[in-house]
Amino acid sequence: MLEITDPKEFRHAIRAWLQENCPPEMRDGDTSEASICWGGKNWNFTSDAQKTWLERCAALGLTVPHWPRAYGGAGLDSARFKIWRQERAAIGARSPLESFGIWMLGPALLHFGTEEQKTTILPPIARGEVRWCQGYSEPGAGSDLASLQTKAEDQGDHWLVNGQKIWTSYADQADWIFCLVRTDRDAAKHKGISFIMFDMNSDGVSTKPIRLISGSSPFCETFFDNVRVPKSQIVGTENRGWDVAKYLLTHEREMISAAGEGMFSGRALGAVLAEEGGDDPILRAAAMRAEVDALAVGLTLERYKDMAAGGQEIGDASAMLKYAGTELNKRKHELLMSAGGSEALEWDGPMAGRPQDWLRTKANSIEGGTSEVMLSILSRRVLGLPG
Amino acid sequence: MANLTFTEEEVMLADMARGFLDENAPVSHLRGLRDAGQIYDAGLWAEMAQMGWAGVLVPEGAGGSDMGHAAAGVLSTEMGKTLATSPFLSTAVMAATALRQVSDDRAQAALTGIAAGTLRYALALDEGRKHDPDRAQMQAVRQGNGFRLTGQKAFVVDGAGADRLLVLAHTGEGLTLFDLPADRAGINRAAATMIDSRDSATVTFSDVEATGEDVLGQVDDAMTVLRPALQAGQAALAGELTGLAAGAFGMTTAYLKERKQFGVPIGAFQALQHRAAHLWSEIEITSSAIIHAGRMLDNDPDNAALAVSLAKARATDTAQLAVQEGVQMHGGMGMTDAFDMGFYLKRARVGAEWLGDYGYHAARVARLRGF
Repeated sequence: MLEITDPKEFRHAIRAWLQENCPPEMRDGDTSEASICWGGKNWNFTSDAQKTWLERCAALGLTVPHWPRAYGGAGLDSARFKIWRQERAAIGARSPLESFGIWMLGPALLHFGTEEQKTTILPPIARGEVRWCQGYSEPGAGSDLASLQTKAEDQGDHWLVNGQKIWTSYADQADWIFCLVRTDRDAAKHKGISFIMFDMNSDGVSTKPIRLISGSSPFCETFFDNVRVPKSQIVGTENRGWDVAKYLLTHEREMISAAGEGMFSGRALGAVLAEEGGDDPILRAAAMRAEVDALAVGLTLERYKDMAAGGQEIGDASAMLKYAGTELNKRKHELLMSAGGSEALEWDGPMAGRPQDWLRTKANSIEGGTSEVMLSILSRRVLGLPG
Repeated sequence: MANLTFTEEEVMLADMARGFLDENAPVSHLRGLRDAGQIYDAGLWAEMAQMGWAGVLVPEGAGGSDMGHAAAGVLSTEMGKTLATSPFLSTAVMAATALRQVSDDRAQAALTGIAAGTLRYALALDEGRKHDPDRAQMQAVRQGNGFRLTGQKAFVVDGAGADRLLVLAHTGEGLTLFDLPADRAGINRAAATMIDSRDSATVTFSDVEATGEDVLGQVDDAMTVLRPALQAGQAALAGELTGLAAGAFGMTTAYLKERKQFGVPIGAFQALQHRAAHLWSEIEITSSAIIHAGRMLDNDPDNAALAVSLAKARATDTAQLAVQEGVQMHGGMGMTDAFDMGFYLKRARVGAEWLGDYGYHAARVARLRGF
């Protein structure tokens, strides 16, 4: 199937494969946090169907369809990757696997990694066997990420890592971490950072979940106390980790904003709101506006994907996708709460999940660079305004 | 979904259009017309026709360049950037699309005239303050083999200068579209003095005679011909408004870099930077809806309604934001007639209303999306 290059034939083959292989329970179009399969050694599948779906996709590399087959992917070009996404969306198939390994580390290694790093690290990510977390932010380094202080001292054959990370997503569940550390304290702040990877089971690593307003704890504080990291576990060049981080931040922005998938086939948010919100004219008007904007943002994601596929540089303009996508998502969840009325006010009431999701979205415009940072990036680097 | 990036041909068309318009139709051209009390530049339209713009949607058999709706959107976007004024939307986009739905000799001849730039059309549709062609009330009463039209049409864009009018009237069982010479007995055109300095007229019909020959398409079935024309016009107008937003935005960012207060360029202030970046984002997002509408009209016109209304709704909104921010960020300069921003503000207002405002198109989006 993956060898088929003709788009029409490929579409038919994918459609047939999905019909045969996607378990019915995995076709509910659910994209909520609770429905995600994260994989990893600590993962407990929520159902047999979830496990089957992951295994069937992984066997063909369809957890990471656009990665080369040598590294666990399906080797799809962008046109066929798009067909896969469209056909998946058409039957409401859930994503078989999500992870920071797929979104972040994979792209970094594909771009900066050695051949050995690619062949040993990527396939387990693609199979959902190793779950990664990302150690970027620190208590004193949020929007000003490059001021990070976690240090890695050169001890000959290894680094000695000391410091603290914060907002480490699922650090308590992850098997490995990729991390920004300071390797040169005397250099300018962007120039003394390296990008290293290590096992979360290493001596000296500890995590402490942070309870959020939604009641859940997707983030942790992560502490490093004399953690020994082999020198081979660096991505790219020593003291050039900022290049890797910048490359990945661009990726992360695109991922966070990638909520528009299959938007013309999915059920309109406005339809949900109109049904639940009754005849409230203000809510109806807001739903119409949100629908118009959501469709246009979704088209913009498609257009940017088409641009990237055509070899056009997107670069800092991706900050726009992150800004628009996350602000829209917050708006959408505010409207859903309005429409739900008092039923949406109970943690485990008839609309259980809705208040949790609503509260979770408040982080969207903070994580991965705040909306304000995105606007500053756009104004300086895209519009060329001074400062 | 079709590819939403521009083809090489479209990029070349845009570049060529930009070059021509910067030289022949910058904002100062519109200002010049206004100051001279004119609403039309025959020479400019002749040159546009020569480049194939008047025939952008006319089949090659009738002398057109037949470049399609996405290309028409590229052209209208470029025109919008400098507020180039011409009968492009009424004649080359809407009338041509309507005439194309009909395959008789008369329509063929009209299309040839449009492509040559010698025949100008206007659409006489609306009667009230808001665009609502489905509820047209003007009567065309049957008399013998023909009809008698009596009533009034408002906001007939390009109506004062047009050679012919496409007139929507009720014929008992339904709506019918008539294709009439503008000088037919009983038609009275009153040119309005519009805020955007362009051609618009109130057209009164007093017992105007029309024959079966004057009907475009079928009696009582105007929409088969008119609907595609309206969608083409709405998409191209959305393109113009997005170009307008980009034009206003370009002026505004240039001003932010140049204007100094408190010893620094005002563009160094974060309050303005973030508003400018937000506006840029809105324009970028709306641009996607414009190209999408063009692609849908070219590839799948029967299912283009959602794409078209999405484009017009977004473009209306974005143009409004761009001109309001434009005036505000220019400070007192933005309020002066000597400065061009006012022209953008006024055209954005007219463009917002023409062929359906935000509410009209957002409601259509909602309907088509199932609520």
